Amino acid sequence: MGIDRRFRICPDTGLALHRPAERLIKANAVAAVVCLLVGGILAIGVALTRWPAVHLLPVTSFYTALTAHGLDMLIFWIIFFEIAVLYFASSTLLRCRLATPRLAWLGFALMVIGAVLTNLVILQGRSSVMMTSYVPLRAEPGFYLGLILFAVGALIGCFIFLGTLVIARYEKTYDGSIPLVVFGALTACIIAIFTIASGAIVLIPTFLWSIGLVSHFDPLMYRVIWWGMGHSSQQINVATQIAIWYAIAAIVFGARPMSERVSRTAFLLYILFLQLASAHHLLVDPGISSSWKVFNTSYFMYLAVLASMIHGLTVPGSIELAQRRKGLTKGLFEWLRKAPWGNPVFSSMFISLVGFGFLGGITGVMMGTEQLNINVHNTLYVPGHFHATVVVGTTLAFMGLTYFLVPVLFRREIIFKGLARWQPYIYGLGMSAVSLFMMGAGTLGVPRRDWDITGAGLPFAPHWPGAAYLMLGLLGISAIVAVLGGAAFIVITVGSILFGKRLETGETTTAPSRLERAAPVAAALEGYGGGGTLVTPGTFVLALVFLLTFVVYYFISWKYLGTVWGLH
Amino acid sequence: MSTLLPPSERIWWKQPVDRVEVLWVGIALVWCLILTFMMPYWHVFGKQNISNTAYHVNPKEFAARARAVDGKYVVRTEDGVPVVQPPPGADVYLIAHQWAWWPILELEKGKSYRLHLSSLDVLHGFSLQPENINLEVVPGYEMVLTVTPNHVGTYSLVCNEYCGIGHQAMIGRVYVTK
Ligand code: HEM
Ligand SMILES: [Cu+2]
Ligand SMILES: [Cu+2]
Repeated sequence: MGIDRRFRICPDTGLALHRPAERLIKANAVAAVVCLLVGGILAIGVALTRWPAVHLLPVTSFYTALTAHGLDMLIFWIIFFEIAVLYFASSTLLRCRLATPRLAWLGFALMVIGAVLTNLVILQGRSSVMMTSYVPLRAEPGFYLGLILFAVGALIGCFIFLGTLVIARYEKTYDGSIPLVVFGALTACIIAIFTIASGAIVLIPTFLWSIGLVSHFDPLMYRVIWWGMGHSSQQINVATQIAIWYAIAAIVFGARPMSERVSRTAFLLYILFLQLASAHHLLVDPGISSSWKVFNTSYFMYLAVLASMIHGLTVPGSIELAQRRKGLTKGLFEWLRKAPWGNPVFSSMFISLVGFGFLGGITGVMMGTEQLNINVHNTLYVPGHFHATVVVGTTLAFMGLTYFLVPVLFRREIIFKGLARWQPYIYGLGMSAVSLFMMGAGTLGVPRRDWDITGAGLPFAPHWPGAAYLMLGLLGISAIVAVLGGAAFIVITVGSILFGKRLETGETTTAPSRLERAAPVAAALEGYGGGGTLVTPGTFVLALVFLLTFVVYYFISWKYLGTVWGLH
Repeated sequence: MSTLLPPSERIWWKQPVDRVEVLWVGIALVWCLILTFMMPYWHVFGKQNISNTAYHVNPKEFAARARAVDGKYVVRTEDGVPVVQPPPGADVYLIAHQWAWWPILELEKGKSYRLHLSSLDVLHGFSLQPENINLEVVPGYEMVLTVTPNHVGTYSLVCNEYCGIGHQAMIGRVYVTK
């Protein structure tokens, strides 16, 4: 069988969609949304159980649901979608045929089998070990096997991405260097390969241990390596989500990066200083020295944090530049006020950016500080933090891209446009509230992964402050809002794919035109500000507000730590 | 849509950078250096640091040692759990196991104790409430930590590392007296 070189040229966007790649992107995206649906249903059970006044699920179902929620969301939803993004970024954006589509289907099949297997095993109830599956808690072998199959499938996807980049270069489908968005995806892919290697090192022996072939696995060693996968993989999410921010800024505003040099260097910093981010999870563990913790938790002087702070400026900065170029130059913020707030592609992206920075970023640095971690480790603060990063940040960015991709890939109009306008706000604000109330409860000491904090009927029942119960109640209520927002997303996207008005498919060609370079950039930089002022004053002010919040919160945390028992 | 296009110059790392970016990178870098500096600073001047003392230990041996040492200081029992009142400065042991903490500690405000902490089975989480001090308890590792209580009160010891189906019931107690 020869190589299928047919491309469909999208009549609206001009994108060249390699036929086999298009089908794979759709398949991965649909699988992702199914996982999001399952995870979302489980979220209702989990959140309403943590609301003491409701206390929905019995104890065994709670821990089962929590294990499945963590994996379906953090691993399956996110990674299926990321594979779709990798194929889109390499094949579609570079107007290149996807390398070895049949192998890509094999990868997809492995991922589906793995995800289904792990879910089935969890639902049987004897593998409620949480997604972290810390040894020596033991799950059924199928639990680990499913994860391993899924990881192998994802690894195949990474190599197909790289293969496609090689083909694109060799077949000269683009001129010059790869675009910034593809560069971001490449960053994610490289980190993913390292991450999956860590995953293999930890999960394969654990699988062998679960079937009795390995007798002992040191629990601390397990934690070091597991988090080598678990934390580094969050850097995949960050890189992918930021690539999507840049892409959406370009799609909605025609934005160009403020400078290729700064944005790309920031992506490189992620790769260079990823290091043993697993340290974040080991800050209060025995048997690990403080110097190791300090060096690794800070990614060698916080250079990965620096990278995120840079993107935090350059992404909105690129939007400001584009808007000012269109004449929205009044005051500091006309460019932002007049942004298309009713377009879910944009609003998702912007809420993702702000939520990720203010809620996720600041708290992440706080928690990842060696001593400050003493006050938050394993409290609800931790899931509070990561629902800000991986849900408000990553998930919402993915949702924004989906609103763009559904018409492009499925050639259907988005239905329920009115609901779609509001969906990012309902989900984004609901989820931000979920995060904040979890963090609030965690600050008051409420543990994570705990079916019942009241200790009812136990001799030493703890006395929680009333505020802790209040936080958990508010968590439950905001979870309902967030779940409704998530459900709206699924109804809109699935509904559009099935019932949306058909759009014309566009013509098919075997030789799409080459991707040409952007127009030179120098003139654009001088146009604004001119003598003495800054080119993006609004963004700069927003960045300073961010920094101020960061500094204040950070030092308040130290002050609070200073009041607790002396430890050394 | 130039973020989606190849850069106009192939050699992107030589392209110009404007002042906003340079300024922000500078500010952010300084902040990152402060963040880095705070951790060693607190090791020198702060009072709350995790101990670097830990030993590999066999859980059985740890349990035996804990019973022998803590046994000397038992002053009463509550709900079948001994209350242990070590003299200031002494070594004292705390065992985590599915699903209880053993024993109950009774410490004096302002005095220091060397706390030995380990688990006999799976991971557990030492979470002292409402003080909100949280430590990981790992089987096979004995953490030795000098603690100096600074508030009088009755504290709960909650397990905050998921440790199986009885996780939520693993609650102990610590007293701090004048
Ligand atoms: C409607 C949306 C959601 C709600 C209401 C929700 C709520 C919750 C709650 C209440 C917990 C339990 C905290 C605990 O007891 O420790 C939790 C855990 C978790 N959630 Fe979500 N969540 C939602 C969406 C997501 C999404 C989209 C992701 C990932 C992309 C995610 C990832 C996780 C993870 C990884 C855990 C930790 C599981 C564990 O401790 O093993 N959640 N969520
Ligand atoms: Cu426990
Ligand atoms: Cu526990």
